[in-house]
Amino acid sequence: MREVAAEAVACEVERLFLHASYAIGEDVEAAVRSGLERETSPAGCAALRQIAENYRIAREERVAICQDTGMAVVFADVGQDVHIVSGGFEDAVNEGVRRAYTGGYLRKSVVAEPLFDRVNTKDNTPAVLHARIVPGDKLRLLVVPKGFGSENMSRVKMLTPADGVEGVKRFVIETVTEAGPNPCPPVIVGVGIGGTMEMAALMAKRQTARPVGSRHADARYAGLEEEMLAAVNRSGVGPAGTGGRVTALAVHAEYYPTHIAGLPVAVNVCCHAARHAEGVL
Amino acid sequence: MKKLTLPLSKEAALSLRAGDTVLLTGAVYTGRDAAHKRLVALLEAGRPLPFEIAGETIYYVGPAPARPGGVVGPAGPTTSCRMDAYTPPLLSMGLRAMIGKGSRSRAVIDAMKAAGAVYFGATGGAAALIARAVKKAEVICYEDLGAEAVHRFAVEDFPAVVLIDTLGNNLYETGPAAYRAEE
Repeated sequence: MREVAAEAVACEVERLFLHASYAIGEDVEAAVRSGLERETSPAGCAALRQIAENYRIAREERVAICQDTGMAVVFADVGQDVHIVSGGFEDAVNEGVRRAYTGGYLRKSVVAEPLFDRVNTKDNTPAVLHARIVPGDKLRLLVVPKGFGSENMSRVKMLTPADGVEGVKRFVIETVTEAGPNPCPPVIVGVGIGGTMEMAALMAKRQTARPVGSRHADARYAGLEEEMLAAVNRSGVGPAGTGGRVTALAVHAEYYPTHIAGLPVAVNVCCHAARHAEGVL
Repeated sequence: MKKLTLPLSKEAALSLRAGDTVLLTGAVYTGRDAAHKRLVALLEAGRPLPFEIAGETIYYVGPAPARPGGVVGPAGPTTSCRMDAYTPPLLSMGLRAMIGKGSRSRAVIDAMKAAGAVYFGATGGAAALIARAVKKAEVICYEDLGAEAVHRFAVEDFPAVVLIDTLGNNLYETGPAAYRAEE
């Protein structure tokens, strides 16, 4: 049993949220720059140049890339030989979020109760924590500060097996193109296929954090990703939604076994401020 | 690129066309969901607004906190359609311009045409870049709302594009249509 102190978890969560909020990943930045080479719309090029310049300012001045610093989503892969000591794990994750958002000049965007009161918690807690037990004695943390301009454009649909590949494609393409300018294109599209309703949504969320430029290991899914990306980019939505060819930087899909009666599909849309950071304790 | 002074005159508003790129200099009021709800509740109760809205510009933004010595934290536009329900009454009070991102409802566009108002877009997510155009920021009301409080920003050369003009021309329709490709 390897012991990991709750305080170490809090420190790592804080560090990861700060890093993710200030410094965009090299893969996303490279995708925006290569989009600039493909874009033919002058307004689209102007928006892409602003986005690239904004990445640079945020990284150099250590300020948030976007004022919507998101709700704090944390994926934790906890090795079964890890023992968290001197405090609770979930408390430690929330403490890390609290420190990052209050000390790091990030916006506090979370309300304690969604329907009646909507009172801000003032420290961006609680996190949305997805933990799973995995083999080994390491603790892997993936943090995803998720802005709601794009979260609000996300959808889940329970297709039927008869809807098949065409049904999945139609739903994904429709979701992204109907969102138009709202989710801050160019977007990264996470798609979860199969499992149950919530499993599809979880896979879609994880896929928004997959490295841009990576391919699915299964050639059929890799082909599907490429086809959907090309279709989305034919929509004309373009950067900032004012017309152009670069509507999405990537479409990432993942699947899970599902029920004989079902074909759940989730589409999680992520803006060009596609922030995430990963660390191992 | 047109340089415009805020508050925007009626003539200047009427002269703008969807697709024009502009640099805005002058005063804007910030406001998003919670502030809009309060402003419209005042109007419905027949009470005065906490600031004069006729001729003014509202920027849909909830900035991140400023670092010490900074004017404002990152401050890009939020999705405008969440303010659609509250917008026609403000337009009828003389609101001349809005800055945000994303589509607007038919009711808002009709009210804009009737009022001679313009909808500008700023690049969503370019928040650190846009914050550089904000030279002064002060809270006007609803301080308890934190990032959602109404601020008055003094902006200089704020980069924007006319999304919807006073005739109802909509760049979100004409722009994508021009780049839509067949399979």
